[in-house]
Amino acid sequence: MTSRIGVVTFPGTLDDQDALRAVRVAGAEPVPLWHRDKDLHQVDAVVLAGGFSYGDYLRAGAISRFSPVMETLIEQARAGMPVLGICNGFQILTEAHLLPGAMLRNNHLHFVCRDQKLRVENARTAWTSDYAPGQEISVPLKNMDGRYTADERTLDELEAEGRVAFRYLDGNPNGSLRDIAGITNAAGNVVGLMPHPEHAVEPLIGTGRTDGLGFFTSIIKKLVNA
Amino acid sequence: MSLDTVEHAAETPDTEQPWKELGLKEDEYARIREILGRRPTGAELAMYSVMWSEHCSYKSSKVHLKQFGEKVPANDAMLVGIGENAGVVDVGQGYAVTFKVESHNHPSYIEPYQGAATGVGGIVRDILAMGARPVAVVDPLRFGAADHPDTRRVLPGVVAGIGGYGNCLGLPNIGGEVVFDACYQGNPLVNAGCIGVMKHEDIHLAKASGPGNKVILYGARTGGDGIGGVSVLASETFESTGPAKRPAVQVGDPFQEKLLIECTLEIFREKLVAGIQDLGGAGLSCATSELASAGSGGMRVELDTVPLRDSSLSPEEILMSESQERMCAIVEPRHVDRFLEICEKWDVIATVIGEVTEGSQLEIFWHGEQIVDVPPRSVAHEGPTYHRPFARPSWQDALQADDAGKLARPANGAELREQVLKLVASPNQASKSWITDQYDRFVQGNTVLAMPEDAGMVRIDEKSNLGVAMATDGNGRYAKLDPYTGAQLALAESYRNVAASGAKPLAISDCLNFGSPEDPDVMWQFAEATRGLADGCLELGTPVTGGNVSLYNQTGETAIHPTPVVAVLGVIDDVTRRTPVAFAEEGQLLYLLGDTREEFGGSAWSEVVHQHLGGMPPAVDLGREKLLGEILISGSRDGMIDAAHDLSDGGLIQAVTESCLRGGKGARLVVPDGLDAFTFLFSESAGRAVVSVPRSEELRFTDMCGARGLPATRVGVVDGDEIEVQGEFGIPLGELRTAHEGTLRDLFA
Repeated sequence: MTSRIGVVTFPGTLDDQDALRAVRVAGAEPVPLWHRDKDLHQVDAVVLAGGFSYGDYLRAGAISRFSPVMETLIEQARAGMPVLGICNGFQILTEAHLLPGAMLRNNHLHFVCRDQKLRVENARTAWTSDYAPGQEISVPLKNMDGRYTADERTLDELEAEGRVAFRYLDGNPNGSLRDIAGITNAAGNVVGLMPHPEHAVEPLIGTGRTDGLGFFTSIIKKLVNA
Repeated sequence: MSLDTVEHAAETPDTEQPWKELGLKEDEYARIREILGRRPTGAELAMYSVMWSEHCSYKSSKVHLKQFGEKVPANDAMLVGIGENAGVVDVGQGYAVTFKVESHNHPSYIEPYQGAATGVGGIVRDILAMGARPVAVVDPLRFGAADHPDTRRVLPGVVAGIGGYGNCLGLPNIGGEVVFDACYQGNPLVNAGCIGVMKHEDIHLAKASGPGNKVILYGARTGGDGIGGVSVLASETFESTGPAKRPAVQVGDPFQEKLLIECTLEIFREKLVAGIQDLGGAGLSCATSELASAGSGGMRVELDTVPLRDSSLSPEEILMSESQERMCAIVEPRHVDRFLEICEKWDVIATVIGEVTEGSQLEIFWHGEQIVDVPPRSVAHEGPTYHRPFARPSWQDALQADDAGKLARPANGAELREQVLKLVASPNQASKSWITDQYDRFVQGNTVLAMPEDAGMVRIDEKSNLGVAMATDGNGRYAKLDPYTGAQLALAESYRNVAASGAKPLAISDCLNFGSPEDPDVMWQFAEATRGLADGCLELGTPVTGGNVSLYNQTGETAIHPTPVVAVLGVIDDVTRRTPVAFAEEGQLLYLLGDTREEFGGSAWSEVVHQHLGGMPPAVDLGREKLLGEILISGSRDGMIDAAHDLSDGGLIQAVTESCLRGGKGARLVVPDGLDAFTFLFSESAGRAVVSVPRSEELRFTDMCGARGLPATRVGVVDGDEIEVQGEFGIPLGELRTAHEGTLRDLFA
């Protein structure tokens, strides 16, 4: 059976079509989800895509976490459903306290869009198992508020528990603490990162690399084997 | 004071009216009185003054612009021509593409962030109003001297505004330009372009027909921004209860625009509109009069139903407000409920504000009292036409006689090396990545090429790989030396850039940025440039689908360089055949296509090394451009070339530097027989490109060029980690990269 992977559209979500396409390219059935609809429509996993949900007014992700769809999503994620938050999706996951820490404005105060090299630090999560531990990948990065921050204790815990999932290589693009590009929860089902794997799934499009496809093949394998 | 109703206006013919303060001429005011058979009401005066302004009526430019409609090349791609919100061309497979470039120059000087942001918002709504899904934006920008303190104020604000607005809309920014010149110090040029895609059957036109159909205003509430001049009127006609000063520059909300886009596309999918128009310059005055004028004429609007941000706004101000993120739709009564339901889904406010009527008058009411009763055509389409005097400037001959050929040239390899480094690091030739990295070029997942490629390219069909490409170009220095040739060079360069990417050029849009039309020198530049562009389009077979004119770009008596910016749209059947600029394969052969002559007038070299502007710009041969384009497209389609870069400002060395840095590979260049190293490296002769050819394809490629009569000269090979000009000098890539990529960061970061 084909896995069903949902992608939530909030008002102001921008990369939802890209995430739906990435799911399809990887071989699963993409299912659009709507922010006002509490029903997750029997999806097996969910992607929270990038963008500026609710205009990022107040604070990136701060309003979205209170939307009807998030009520169900938070409950399901706590029960083990795989969730991937990309960029604004990562911000929403931290606002929803499914992942620790927060994102601040980039230290140089500019929006940055570039091809970014990352190291996969944890290849055991639901979304990274198709990568080799320590594998280096390049995917687009594009954000205004991408500087990961948390208190020292949380950072130490994340490091100790192997929950830093991705680290920036060849230059920290935004001042993120300890070069953190993405993290996972302890169970490995909820993963968030600032760079955009969904923009790197087809040769020729974007940077011309397919380094991001592994996120989607990882989850499909996990769901099929579950 | 009481409301200035139509009835009241008829009874008080002698009331003094502030027509002069609103920018109308005495004879224009007299004509309005003649059309109406009475004095206009305050609201009518507001509408006429803004619709008859230069910005909305093109009154100084239209006698010249009509050439674009007269010198139309035979081109069956045109589906909708000039006059609509944007032109539409057929790109095959049932798809149509609409595109346009507009200016937002003056607002961007006053308030760089909002001026630039709302420039993006406005052009995107124009494209949306044609029924198309916007798929990409481009931004041709011009600023004053890079090291001038005010450029530090304007440029970062403009760039942040374009990024702040565009990035929130989810539209990839795939191209444009950044040019610095002291002539733009008090008049930065902020042009914005957008491309939209639709199926042929989905084209929507701005037309209100069908009596009984409802007029629906939807999007943001109407506020007091962008009112500008009309405050004069409000303060004379009404008790001044509201705030005295309101911002003249509109304030944008990209989140609202994103919702408006998605909401409108869903409305289009369900085919719920009979006509649609975006609200931009002149706001509701423009939208209602243009919709009514293009339809059967009659429309009745209850102005007091318009949702407001500021309840103290007067009816005149509501009519003139340029609040952003608003659209106006004409909807059959049976579709109104569903229309409103979709708006509700997207949290977009929508209000029925009136309906199409049997009559031929546009009638506007304020709490039941009539304040406007006008023939809509007289407002929207029958504004004044000026035949402004123009004459070749007295200084033109002296400028052209000041030949760049007599400037001191580098005497040896060491001097050449030094000047190459100086050129590639100069603000105009330096990498623009500090700017373009602030724009999202990846969103929507269809971007095939983006800056710093020659053209931006997006895929529009995932199954067939059909794509479209766009480049924008304009060289004010060339146009200053000779506006006719300068305009054609802008067209030629943009055409060449699109062809270099592998796409076939189809049609153009233009943004004509000039000084004051009241100056005969400027008007001559305008007349020459439009004539050059119209002649050029006829010869290249690329019709003008629409565009924009921006006049009065001057500080005191000093006008900007005449700056026609041309955007060429191209189509490519299979985006996997696209040609990038990067030299990425060691051992590939570099061929220079076209003829190189000693042409340095208006060149980057003359500017960077000698701060000189004089002589004649490079000669134009559009037949040659067409041939070059065909070779570049065939070479790309048939796999004969792996990389191509057009040659324009900065000449061959600039193109090779960019291609080498992009691909991370060096090049060994050999000066061909018959050329000296200096001319080889710095000449700006038009109609040229440099291509990277796999050795296995060399014969096939040179045979094709020979058979078609295009000079192709082998000038080097992709190799090593430096650019070496044999017998002259070598520069390591690292040194070039530092010089080329550090400049803008050092100036603006």
